[in-house]
Amino acid sequence: MQAIETSAVQATLDRFANQDVFIHLETTNGAYAAHRQEQTMAVCAFIRNGLVRYHRGTVAGIGPYRVGLKMEQGWIYAEGLTDWELDEQGRLLMAGHDSDGRLAIALELSTEPFGL
Amino acid sequence: MPVERHVLVVFPHPDDESFGAAGAIALHTRAGAPVTYLCGTLGEMGRNMGKPFFATRETLPLVRERELYDACAVLGIDDLRQMGLRDKTIEFEDQQVLAARIAAVIEEIQPSLMITHYPGHGVHPDHNALGAAAIRATTLIAPERRPVIHAHAISANREEALGRPDVVLDLADVLDVKLAAIRAHRSQSEAMLAELEKEFNRDPAVRKRGMRNWRQEMYWTYHA
Ligand SMILES: [Zn+2]
Repeated sequence: MQAIETSAVQATLDRFANQDVFIHLETTNGAYAAHRQEQTMAVCAFIRNGLVRYHRGTVAGIGPYRVGLKMEQGWIYAEGLTDWELDEQGRLLMAGHDSDGRLAIALELSTEPFGL
Repeated sequence: MPVERHVLVVFPHPDDESFGAAGAIALHTRAGAPVTYLCGTLGEMGRNMGKPFFATRETLPLVRERELYDACAVLGIDDLRQMGLRDKTIEFEDQQVLAARIAAVIEEIQPSLMITHYPGHGVHPDHNALGAAAIRATTLIAPERRPVIHAHAISANREEALGRPDVVLDLADVLDVKLAAIRAHRSQSEAMLAELEKEFNRDPAVRKRGMRNWRQEMYWTYHA
């Protein structure tokens, strides 16, 4: 992955617009957060292979970045994105890494389902 | 430590065996006991991506699978079996089906000892769920063929709740093997080991206390 460059990410978001795409959206503060008392509780949410369609996808901010995907009947939102990659399978991978390189948030789009 | 006929290790994530039980495993394989490792997932949802990060959410399972094979080689585990479950989801699977799958392995290899997480004391929900399934599996086996269970507990209140561990292993002879196994899980351990080294260098007392912890593994014999 490399640091997000908004123009390239924006162009890729545009390419995925107006079609059914599989989404992986995730945020986590680590399964051991409460155990290590970094936070008062472990918090995590993920959706893998949600099938969505958005007509307007936008990357915003000066870094870490935000991405909003506007759908006919709702929104998808991610904040804290720092890095991105268009992988060999043509999937858009975006993630937010903390100063230790640990993943805190991920937003990924693909025309094919993600592996289970 | 008696020489076991066969040891079955049941943990959900690649690296659980190294951080948690590498000492015991190394002692068993050194003594000539075969070790089968039933590993639940590939740790697909891990937060550590290496430092600096070199894995993505999508490449992490492949990276961790390679690391797992490397760690098994270091530890002398020659029978690695993957259950193909997904990180963070084990507690939502059919627990009876999981127990039956583990019981089938127990029937096949007839282990004299099983090492797994102590249910309720694993901190991570996957640890608790797979530990519980492994222990449940033994109840599906004829009593005379049930392995002894050494349960690994990492909860903060483990001694309050369970008492003192009845199995305390001295790892002096295999500490280097344990560290090599942990290092094999590079994406998961590099940052943490660097941080530890910094702490150790800052304060000799911390190093002394830390090394004493590293030189020991503790287990609670579980009576299913
Ligand atoms: Zn684990």
